[in-house]
Amino acid sequence: MKRFSTLPALNLIGIAALAVALLVLAPAVLDDFRLGNLAKYCCYAMVAVGIGLAWGRGGMLVLGQGMFFGLGAYVMAFHLKLEAAGPDAIPDFMMLYGNGTMPAWWEPFRSGAFTLFMVVALPATVSTLLGLAVFKRRIKGAYFAILSQALAVAFATLIISQIEVTGGFNGLSAFTSFFGYSLYDPINQRMIFFITAGLLVAMLLVAFQLYRSRFGELLIATRDAEERVRFLGHDPANIKLVAFVIAAVMAGIGGAMFVPIVGIVSPLDIDEVASIGLIAGVALGGRATLLGPAIGALAVGYAKTSLSETFPGSWTYFQGALFVLVILFLPGGLAQLPSYLGRLRPARKQKQVPALQAEGAA
Amino acid sequence: MDVIVSQLFTGASTGAVLLLVALGLALTFGQMGVINMAHGEFLMAGAYTAYLTQQAVSNSDVSLLIALPLGFLVAGMLGLLLEMTVISRMYHRPLDTLLVTFGVGLILQQVARDVFGAQPKAVASPTWLHGQLDLLGYGYPVTRLFIVTIAVGCLAGTAAVLKYTALGRRIRATVQNRDLAETVGVSTRGTDRVTFFLGSGLAGVAGVALTLVTATVSNLGTSYIVPAFLVVVAGGIGQIKGSVIAAFALGIVGAFLTYYTSGSLATVLTFVLVVAFLQIRPQGLFTVRTRSLA
Repeated sequence: MKRFSTLPALNLIGIAALAVALLVLAPAVLDDFRLGNLAKYCCYAMVAVGIGLAWGRGGMLVLGQGMFFGLGAYVMAFHLKLEAAGPDAIPDFMMLYGNGTMPAWWEPFRSGAFTLFMVVALPATVSTLLGLAVFKRRIKGAYFAILSQALAVAFATLIISQIEVTGGFNGLSAFTSFFGYSLYDPINQRMIFFITAGLLVAMLLVAFQLYRSRFGELLIATRDAEERVRFLGHDPANIKLVAFVIAAVMAGIGGAMFVPIVGIVSPLDIDEVASIGLIAGVALGGRATLLGPAIGALAVGYAKTSLSETFPGSWTYFQGALFVLVILFLPGGLAQLPSYLGRLRPARKQKQVPALQAEGAA
Repeated sequence: MDVIVSQLFTGASTGAVLLLVALGLALTFGQMGVINMAHGEFLMAGAYTAYLTQQAVSNSDVSLLIALPLGFLVAGMLGLLLEMTVISRMYHRPLDTLLVTFGVGLILQQVARDVFGAQPKAVASPTWLHGQLDLLGYGYPVTRLFIVTIAVGCLAGTAAVLKYTALGRRIRATVQNRDLAETVGVSTRGTDRVTFFLGSGLAGVAGVALTLVTATVSNLGTSYIVPAFLVVVAGGIGQIKGSVIAAFALGIVGAFLTYYTSGSLATVLTFVLVVAFLQIRPQGLFTVRTRSLA
């Protein structure tokens, strides 16, 4: 891990390579359908960058990122539903499930600017409040993981129950346009892909800068020896809070882009099972590396689509095996593989790669 | 008044189910610090054991009684297998254990779906559990009372094992100070295995009991695992009594919230309450005093 972080140039080259692959190569070789799929994986990859920050670098196992993903997604879906309904009209599903009137708090979502603001502000606010409550009281390790998972359960349950405003279990779908651009036009679909991929690259640059900064160093220090950081005069709660909030905002933006790409958001996309599924890619790619989580998430998304296409049902086995094998034998993910193989060859002298710490012992 | 009595009973019966599910976790998570997400799938294994027993015995009056110990054995063996193959390799990585066992749970679910199909299987409840029992002018379903009985029975059994047997002493010694226990000749590895067997077995018993109140499907465990973990977290790690109080408290609070709001809103509010409670007592209701910083 250190090997990569001490070579900032290598990381920048990696980001540049990924940017070229996503923004130049992929649109050139993929058809519209595959490109749409890739855009979806990019949304997952955005969440993954955040998970890498919170879990890989910060040691906080966030099992409820689906909730922040969902906050962003539903905010965007509110806006797109209103756009589809047209000015002064109310969304179709409210006629179906409700009494045909729209609650007043839906009204602001007609404004695109307000929606974009809320996509960032809502996950940030919720994660700040939750983070303050949890980290200031030094709730960590397994306790934190379980609480964050319970959060995803509670949020999904809430969404299902409020059928008049969220579409309930079926979720929200049937969007027609994205900020005035028709979603039926393939050109606009491509545009959305470019926005999504661009956002992913931007987030990687943000993460790159964070990892280089003093904050990044402190975050790793907090992961590996929280008490020592406290004794040095820093408040670990604040350090963790910042990482947690950034991760939540990244998940929210990923969720917001997910909606126009996939055309539907339902509780199944954001519940605790979906949330923990997002972890798989991060673990596969290498949780503590910069590019690992994003590339892992892209790979896992691709594997899910292709496996589900060819052998239905096999995806669950694959995902289960992925969790077991990667985390058991390759806790550093695929990024660890070169040094792992290097150790098998005794002739070449290998620089010691610091092992992942025991996450501050439960 | 009627509302209070009936909601108290509903809450107590939900609490009993929670306790039954959480009791195994209180052993594996509470005593050993292992976060076993596959615990929910051990419930499912217990439930399918009840289904298979009924298919084999066909007399639903006795099959339940056979299934209870059988479910314990099946889930216990699964747990033992999991401990020996996977968990024993990662005692120093508790959070990673969570993810690995989640993966194991996914695989077990899909196996069950492939073997038994996606449709829920119905397990007929024995005739001696039909009907209601009238108490304080109220009729209580006998199945619910039976579950409370099983929960109390399992609790008493677990408490007795921990308190009075040599095995229980070894378990407590290992929890309190692993190195010292090893020094005085306790096989801590062996103790871990037995503890895990017992905890997983309790999940099997809970699974058999659950067939009385819910349909047997492959994802049976997912709806119980998170509340059960919340119970153990709120109750405090390392002491069974914390889990008992937390289970009934969550059950009863949930029942009243459900009555005054709605089932789903109650779930959300219960979660908020647990977070609020952890603000007051970050380590849960009861804690084992230590001087460690972590």
